[in-house]
Amino acid sequence: MNVSVFINKDTLVLVQGITGGTARFHTKQMLEYGTKIVGGTSPGKGGQEVEGVPVFNTVREAVEATGANASVIYVPAPFAADSIIEAVDAELDLVICITEHIPVLDMVKVKRYMEGKKTRLVGPNCPGVITADECKIGIMPGYIHKKGHVGVVSRSGTLTYEAVHQLTQAGIGQTTAVGIGGDPVNGTNFIDVLKAFNEDPETYAVIMIGEIGGTAEEEAAKWVQANMTKPVVGFIGGRTAPPGKRMGHAGAIISGGKGTADEKIRVMNECGIKVAETPAVMGETLIEVLKEKGLYEKCKTH
Amino acid sequence: MNIHEYQGKEILRKYGVTVPNGKVAFTVEEAVEAAKELGTEVCVVKAQIHAGGRGKAGGVKVAKNLDEVRTYASEILGKTLVTHQTGPEGKEVKRLLIEEGCDIKKEYYVGLVLDRSTSRVVLMGSEEGGTEIEEVAANTPEKIFKEEIDPVLGLMPFQARRLAFNINIPKELINQAVKFMTGLYNAYIDKDCSIAEINPLVVTGDGKVMALDAKLNFDSNALYRQKDVLEYRDLEEEDPKEIEASKYDLSYIALDGNIGCMVNGAGLAMATMDIVKHYGGEPANFLDVGGGATAEKVTEAFKIILSDPHVKGIFVNIFGGIMKCDVIAEGVVEAAKQVGLTIPLVVRLEGTNVDLGKKILSESGLDITAAESMADGAQKIVSLVK
Repeated sequence: MNVSVFINKDTLVLVQGITGGTARFHTKQMLEYGTKIVGGTSPGKGGQEVEGVPVFNTVREAVEATGANASVIYVPAPFAADSIIEAVDAELDLVICITEHIPVLDMVKVKRYMEGKKTRLVGPNCPGVITADECKIGIMPGYIHKKGHVGVVSRSGTLTYEAVHQLTQAGIGQTTAVGIGGDPVNGTNFIDVLKAFNEDPETYAVIMIGEIGGTAEEEAAKWVQANMTKPVVGFIGGRTAPPGKRMGHAGAIISGGKGTADEKIRVMNECGIKVAETPAVMGETLIEVLKEKGLYEKCKTH
Repeated sequence: MNIHEYQGKEILRKYGVTVPNGKVAFTVEEAVEAAKELGTEVCVVKAQIHAGGRGKAGGVKVAKNLDEVRTYASEILGKTLVTHQTGPEGKEVKRLLIEEGCDIKKEYYVGLVLDRSTSRVVLMGSEEGGTEIEEVAANTPEKIFKEEIDPVLGLMPFQARRLAFNINIPKELINQAVKFMTGLYNAYIDKDCSIAEINPLVVTGDGKVMALDAKLNFDSNALYRQKDVLEYRDLEEEDPKEIEASKYDLSYIALDGNIGCMVNGAGLAMATMDIVKHYGGEPANFLDVGGGATAEKVTEAFKIILSDPHVKGIFVNIFGGIMKCDVIAEGVVEAAKQVGLTIPLVVRLEGTNVDLGKKILSESGLDITAAESMADGAQKIVSLVK
């Protein structure tokens, strides 16, 4: 098996809910990127094909027939928790849930069910995961990514694209970009991804993009200070967000004075993470740090 | 989604949580009528708005007779209450809760909330009833007790008991408190709450454990399966622009500034507000048009932004990934024509088909300022509205 974070060119992917419009569109896009989509599921539509990919009634059946080890979920929110649990039950290594608007108490149950299971869940409400030039699972535009040595982890889809685009424009390629999603209860958190980047020999530095709500960024910053051997820079969205309002993402809310951008930035700075002043300089901020650490030449890929 | 106190109490009553008898009133006459029906010596006239801090703002009064009910009801109805949660503009009171008075021995706090770091629902309690839990957490954190709830088991009786003992509920009332907390938890789960806060929970002279106030918030993602909760929605408590936006599946939040923002993606939308502020401007709104923005959605988004009279300019910031820049550009041009745009418009496009998108904007014949980058766009719109 190749080294890389979560996914690589050998990852065999199922698309859950493959017969839906969004899923069809992205199945095509993923195939064009080179992702090995080996099957899909859609209850009652087993035997059909979508983009040349065989459709099965159940995940278990699809895994047995194709040897898939990962899945991506495009199932509508009311049924998405069930789909995640079905994928975990079929013992996939990785499940990426793109679906947004899943009721949070459904996710509380999913997390409880997943305790002690082997499967890693990324998302929900996320753009997915991409390892440049190898495998794209999700909805991100593939062409902005260039293979290299910087890892990206983010709660926001479009801010991930911004960061990746800025890096690519500046000649800095990436290893893997992981969207952990904008929900308050998610499968994979910042620390899980930072650990993976820390252990990945191809990754030399990381951009971590957070936003208001919760304390995941603070916890991650403390983990970085204690464990990370590679430089991490950050950005936090929502400095101007008013308290008590949910800013688009279910998890992006300042409640009871907790979860403000200023507090997150303060803790990140304290833990040695340089935080970009604006979203326009995420790439520049990383490059400054790479130069300070003598990593710039090693990270310059094109 | 928020609901009123009296609605929250209606829900809780169905789950066996003891609440004082009370009735909602929309007029002074209804208030007096409600007090008559209650027939208690003392009753409480409570303003019903979607914000806390009503007592301090003069929205809660104890009436000793029907004349006082009439006086307080006419005083509070129609009054604009300004509390720490309403913002400086305050909220007009349109409904009252007329409730029986009770003999309060002691006040406590009990609440249920999702703990994001453990992904579990947590029951919290404190002896410091009547004080906001955030304040207790800041000043006397040792007075807050927590019970993490396993979603498979639900709230176990021993957990409710332990919490009740920890916050010093009198021991002869422990069983009542356990029943109270169990009911609260069942309501939280059944109704897909995001917050269920009882502050204060009171112990009364006649030996009851009661919810004197009730704040229930609901997970908006679960409303599709909570039709009865949805019926409690009070549109008058919400910003009309936010209601309009929700019809078109646009995520919009009104702010105080004068630069309208239209962005794709929640993270980028927040970051766009931040960068506008960074360059000295004030964002008028948060607006995420989502991943599948069509010309129609963009047009509606423009209309909503422009319905805010404070808006002096618009900044469109799009990273076209799967959504192509030319489609967005066509949408922007179409929208600007339809609404007859007269204020400055700065557009920053990046991503798929960006050159085609820019060409559509420049050949539209409209007065659109193209931005080279997000920073450039933010600076341009800030200087144009100055």
